[in-house]
Amino acid sequence: MDEQKPKRHPRQKMPEQHPKVRARNFDEVPLGYDKETARREAERCLQCKKPLCMSGCPVNVKIPEFLKLVKDGDWAGAARKIKETNALPSVCGRVCPQESQCEGQCVLGKKGEPVAIGRLERFCADYERNEKLVRLPEKAKPTGKKVAVVGSGPAGLTVAGDLILLGYEVTIFEALHKPGGVLVYGIPEFRLPKAIVDAEVKYLRDLGVKLALNTVVGRTRGLRELMERDGFDAVFIAVGAGLPHFMRIPGENLCGVFSSNEYLTRANLLRSYLFPIYDTPPPRGRNVAVVGGGNVAMDCVRSALRLGAENAYLVYRRSRTEMPARAEEIHHGEEEGVQFHLLTAPVEVLGDENGWVRGLKCVRMELGEPDESGRRRPMPVKGSEYVLDLDAVVIAIGAAANPLLTSTVPELKLNEKGYIETDERGRTSVPGVYAGGDIVTGQATVILAMGAGRQAALAMHEDLTKK
Amino acid sequence: MTRIIERREVAPNVHRLIVEAPQIAEKVRPGQFVIVMPDEEGERVPISVAEWDAKAGSIVLFFLEVGVSTMKLARKEKGEDLYAVVGPLGRPATIGKFGTVVLGGGCYGIGAITAIAKAMKEAGNRVIAISEGRSRYLLYNQDTLRRFVDECLEATTDGSAGKKGKVQDVLRDFAKREKVDMAYFVGCTFMMMRCAETAKELGIKTLVALNSLMLDGTGMCGVCRVSVGGKTRFACVDGPEFDGHDVDWLELFQRKAIFVRDEVTAYQFHACRALRRHEGGD
Repeated sequence: MDEQKPKRHPRQKMPEQHPKVRARNFDEVPLGYDKETARREAERCLQCKKPLCMSGCPVNVKIPEFLKLVKDGDWAGAARKIKETNALPSVCGRVCPQESQCEGQCVLGKKGEPVAIGRLERFCADYERNEKLVRLPEKAKPTGKKVAVVGSGPAGLTVAGDLILLGYEVTIFEALHKPGGVLVYGIPEFRLPKAIVDAEVKYLRDLGVKLALNTVVGRTRGLRELMERDGFDAVFIAVGAGLPHFMRIPGENLCGVFSSNEYLTRANLLRSYLFPIYDTPPPRGRNVAVVGGGNVAMDCVRSALRLGAENAYLVYRRSRTEMPARAEEIHHGEEEGVQFHLLTAPVEVLGDENGWVRGLKCVRMELGEPDESGRRRPMPVKGSEYVLDLDAVVIAIGAAANPLLTSTVPELKLNEKGYIETDERGRTSVPGVYAGGDIVTGQATVILAMGAGRQAALAMHEDLTKK
Repeated sequence: MTRIIERREVAPNVHRLIVEAPQIAEKVRPGQFVIVMPDEEGERVPISVAEWDAKAGSIVLFFLEVGVSTMKLARKEKGEDLYAVVGPLGRPATIGKFGTVVLGGGCYGIGAITAIAKAMKEAGNRVIAISEGRSRYLLYNQDTLRRFVDECLEATTDGSAGKKGKVQDVLRDFAKREKVDMAYFVGCTFMMMRCAETAKELGIKTLVALNSLMLDGTGMCGVCRVSVGGKTRFACVDGPEFDGHDVDWLELFQRKAIFVRDEVTAYQFHACRALRRHEGGD
């Protein structure tokens, strides 16, 4: 075969734990590529002159360039290439919805299967970290200016990583006792091992980023106070959308009904799957239904199996096509034995005489005309009600804006749903205050929050340089 | 890490903990709470802030040893560190000039109510504190309360101190001799429920500081939800103070007991582990 021509082998599979085994443990599901598989997969890249994959990436990772380095066997070099525009590659390689971003644009995908960009991103970042080849990049000379980042999730970590390199003094304020935001309290260990988040945070610390944990901005420290008393020249707000939605149906306060935030926080942040080595009790259930169709719902229902459920149901009111979850998560859930009740909506949570959940009354749905989201509107089918026997229900239908911080800054302009209004570069109505991630957009993905962080970091740099 | 300045068992199983927390001491208002973790494996335990000294940068907490994490807290000594103390959380208590205010405290509440007693007195009220315990030796913090209130009354189930009975019995007697404009109760759920019922009978406006389960304490998880006046509220951000006449007490009891079986298991398991370590195993 011609040296220059890309190899025509199929998309390389990534080994995984067997579904029966992994459904009962919290270890990571996919085991990652080895060097040879990575090389073979990278060889499939056509090295397009106008790479569409890059345009599909919210942080414009230089995909063809890093794939070429993988092909040539320079894995650490590839990792560094990714890191030029993406501070958290080992996270993104695992949790990005590649099928609707980079891989969704890949020309190979038009006729066959796209290059497994996500898996290769993960491989490079893991290789660099595991082989201890992570190098701290040069920092620009100190600007003498201080920036506060409120919240240590993906948006906050991105801003901190970008601004520390540009020569700012950066402090991240985090309300919880561990840094990482949704990466530690929300996304489960089996999808994103916490050791990886710890390594990413350590990298930022090594670069000089300061972390103030257990600090609730809005309570422990005022936003204004950060600027006026503590001398921060700018503040980036990235507190996420941390207010759980409930369904407003009867029975939601019964024992055994959890918000997805509670369910996942117990399991992940508080490590209750290791109870009683950790003190926090796990949210148990033998028959568990999770309501919702996104990644959070998939995380909950797969966690339910791992926490010992015999039956784990996913109840979603639209059909599989409309499920916002990553294709891979749905597929993994199916393999593990999640039972899907699609086109089904909950009507009422039923309780026993002690105030505990005993079932979920559901109704079948059919799809009608498209609604404002462009998805076909689900309509209840008369007389189709049935009851699922349960002892736990998890509500994973999204989150709203948490007003804890925003309500303490009346001059901060919010939209009608309580999210912070910004220009396209993250500037809020208050000079010196920027925002990004879920507290601006509403609940979205890790990579979109990182993209917003990147934009805001550039805007902050620009504005602070002008000053 | 937060340094412990002092820890003392003020009554069997009840501890008074003073910790170094300058940022919290500067911001905290009466009625607010903090979340405390003894160590990295610990639960996040919400505890009311009873007193504070902004100048010295310290806060005073009272807690009851009821589970593994509070057992660990109860074993901590002066000079040791707590893994996490975060706050102040929750809305501050409603403080104003009401006239005669009766404060009722039971178990940890006898200590926790100090902050409200002081603030109510400073606001110009006549303040009466009523503390209850099963027996005389379970009453504590009375000298501190006496500094802030006009009358410090007691109730014990066995009659060994004060009136034989409960807070609500003392309240009933007191209401016969004086008009009460406001009642405020802090303590275990059962005590607050009974007191609120009596106060309602007597036509007294009642506030209670609820102690539901919590994780983050910032409104994110919703485990603390309570029904108040038919509406679901989050005790961590909408409370912890609510109108005592509107709380759905039965639901609160049930929700507080969600994890009770595991909590008991953990308590026993932990004791075994501690013993194994002591014997050189583990």
